[in-house]
Amino acid sequence: MFLAAQVLPGDVARRVLGPFADQASVDALNHELGTDRPLITQYWDWISHFLTGDLGESIRNRPVSDVLFDPMVASAKLALLAFIIVVPLAIVGGVVAAMNEGTFRDRLISVGGLSATAIPEFVWAVLFILIFALGLGLFPTTAQPPDGASIFTQLKYLLLPSLCLVCTLFGYIARMARAGTIEALDADYTRTAILKGLPQRTVIRRHVLRNSLLPTIAVVATQAGYLIGGLVIIETIFNYQGIGQTLARAATQKDIPVLQSGVLLVGIVYLVATLIADILYSVLNPRVRLGAAE
Amino acid sequence: MTAPGQPAPAGATEIGTASPAAVGAHAADARVATKERLALLRRSKSFIAGSIIVGFWVLCAIFGELVVPKDPLASDPINDLISPSGDNWFGTDKLGRDVFSRVITGARDILIVAPLATILATVLGTALGLVTGYFRGLVDDVLSRIIEAFLALPVIIMGLLVAVALGPSKTTLIITIGVLFAPIISRTVRAAVLTERELEYVAAARLRNERTPYVLFGEILPNVMGPIIVEFTVRLGYAIFVAAGLSFLGFGIPAPAPDWGLQVADNYGVISGGFWWPVLFPSLAIATLVIGVNLIADGVASAFER
Repeated sequence: MFLAAQVLPGDVARRVLGPFADQASVDALNHELGTDRPLITQYWDWISHFLTGDLGESIRNRPVSDVLFDPMVASAKLALLAFIIVVPLAIVGGVVAAMNEGTFRDRLISVGGLSATAIPEFVWAVLFILIFALGLGLFPTTAQPPDGASIFTQLKYLLLPSLCLVCTLFGYIARMARAGTIEALDADYTRTAILKGLPQRTVIRRHVLRNSLLPTIAVVATQAGYLIGGLVIIETIFNYQGIGQTLARAATQKDIPVLQSGVLLVGIVYLVATLIADILYSVLNPRVRLGAAE
Repeated sequence: MTAPGQPAPAGATEIGTASPAAVGAHAADARVATKERLALLRRSKSFIAGSIIVGFWVLCAIFGELVVPKDPLASDPINDLISPSGDNWFGTDKLGRDVFSRVITGARDILIVAPLATILATVLGTALGLVTGYFRGLVDDVLSRIIEAFLALPVIIMGLLVAVALGPSKTTLIITIGVLFAPIISRTVRAAVLTERELEYVAAARLRNERTPYVLFGEILPNVMGPIIVEFTVRLGYAIFVAAGLSFLGFGIPAPAPDWGLQVADNYGVISGGFWWPVLFPSLAIATLVIGVNLIADGVASAFER
């Protein structure tokens, strides 16, 4: 049922309408079209153009699709790197915390991780720039690599910003991995596995992890929202020309067409990520698959 | 912090009903539970540590203006970017303003915005969660879809849009965060209400022909206070996070306030020139405040979660 509601296009439209009614009203204000009818017409006008790939022009007379395309690719690189680092790290952290439940190591990972998550991205950025870029001179202070740089140079430029994102994402994913693992450790099937004399390694790998990582996978995808919010800030402080900085700049310059389409794109990316998580979750979890069929 | 200490709801239950023995016992249980929780809190190391940190910043927010050595808003372009010294403990920023004074007085804005936004979010979210959890059916479906629509975009992006539409101000910031966090809180409350509504005391209240608002706020609300308080402390941390982020982007607390996020935004451009002090100190201030709030939230969560 939940999945069906998410797949229905009508639901997507409603999700989009919520945030965008607001934005359309800004637009209406700019054009002094304060009444309701033109606002809706304008909205439909815009959304129908959007669906055919025509995003209109930015206030700087460049097609919006041009303004948005390169930054989307750039942001995708940054986000991907952050995810590649954080997912294994957070899962290992969460599992280690769960296996040592209640000990100092557990509290260090849980409370430390969540505190790290709660510290704003730009604070991490400042700390990392000071330590690794200025103090040790290992990395550049900006993230924008020179044009045509090799993949290793790009990685070097992207590492610090993605580490900031890692810090904000780690705690939450680790907490889910920890909760899932604790639950799986308590389960009857785990006790059975231990009692029938399987080595601990096998029990953990085949019985505990398989069950505990399911909710974690779902959470990883929903973190896309936090990640995008983080991108806005990280790209601004590292002067990286991604979608986040483009949106922030569009907001500062009141470039409404770019802002509208950019936010809608971000919304779509977020929705797709959530959808993928749902599908992945049911593919990996026979219980949900069977439960949905009832 | 003021978050714990909710003996009133338990008492209200006792007075508000023509006390059958079971209900009276229930209220007494609740009172004992509240006492136990407070005792747990007092013994929680993370709660104490968090309270000390947050308490320090609260003092700074209230009295900071009176004790700082310099006017936090007075710029002095000749003496810009002076490194930390006996005269300017944390140095001066790009406009020659005293960083120490700005860091100390900077606690005020965030400590007004974040708690007010969280209170707004908690009140809205609790009402919403009680209604959706209690009625279920159509009301729940419609409200839940609207809530999902709100959650469809990252908070920072929504904050950006609202700030562009309405112009950045403290009030805008409070209302934006309050409204955006309400759905998240409502889901927690809804989940708690879903179990509570099946319990006998709710059925009893309904059989007594109590009006629905009374059942919701007089009977169920006191019994879901635990999760709500936990949620409040957790959200407070996130509110600081979002408010600081939006201020950093220039869409939160308006300049020239000595807000920490703004200070970092004003000065991060000169960081590659080696001028670390106008950026580092406000960053550390945010970090300590957030960690303090999180420690409190951790203590509260372990004391209140059943």
